[in-house]
Amino acid sequence: MPVDPSLVGREFPAPAPLSVTPERVSAFAAAVGHPGEPGDAVPPTFPIVLAFDAMQAFLDAEAIDLHRIVHGEQRFAYARPLAVGDELAATLTVTGLRQIGGADIIATASEITDATGAVVCTGKATLVHSAGSEAGQ
Amino acid sequence: MIAGDVLGTRTFTVTRADLVAYADASGDHNPIHQDEDVARSVGLPGVIAHGMYTLALVGRAVAEWTGGAEVVDLGAKFTSPVVVPAEGGAEVVVGGTVKSVADGLVTLALEVTCEGQKVLGMPKAVVREATVRA
Repeated sequence: MPVDPSLVGREFPAPAPLSVTPERVSAFAAAVGHPGEPGDAVPPTFPIVLAFDAMQAFLDAEAIDLHRIVHGEQRFAYARPLAVGDELAATLTVTGLRQIGGADIIATASEITDATGAVVCTGKATLVHSAGSEAGQ
Repeated sequence: MIAGDVLGTRTFTVTRADLVAYADASGDHNPIHQDEDVARSVGLPGVIAHGMYTLALVGRAVAEWTGGAEVVDLGAKFTSPVVVPAEGGAEVVVGGTVKSVADGLVTLALEVTCEGQKVLGMPKAVVREATVRA
């Protein structure tokens, strides 16, 4: 079933803020083998944890099955390094939608802010709905 | 670091157990990264690594090359899946060169392959020059 085209422009906040605790950072760093002392450096892809929550809120709202989604593209731009102690919030905006070969290509932008409301990082992602033969991960 | 510097190639082995650990740490429990039947049901060749796992390996290589420099930009297209077999693992190879150094930023050119095939399209990493310890 194609995704509703009126979605473009809609915003989906992550349901809860994310506390960047030493435990979370250590678990993430260990899972990807990131070097450095635990809690010292936050791996640059760590914000995906919150971006994923926002994406899941979007998928839930639209009754889209996660297993029919593959990740087509992800880019992050960082205004400052993430740090242990940050309290992060995220809002995902659907920025584009097109169909290729029976798959929906959903473009999104996520803004990740700290407790003061300052933007820490922005993410741009492409989600491919209904995998088929589309490339993606 | 100066333009043209070749950075040592890093090879990472990705196993199904790694994907389980990553799913737990990241919250991404999409079954296409765990379950062969689900992956095949949506047209994938088998269980595939999270794209973000592969990108995290790029982040790891960048951190190793630069002594943990501040990352300003990181991203890629996930153009070809990293298929992870039930036994053993998939080898992801991350190669890099310094593309440019300008305005206090170091831009790295990257090539990320699995079994000789590029898995990331237009991979990009930019770090802050003043924070490079290499």
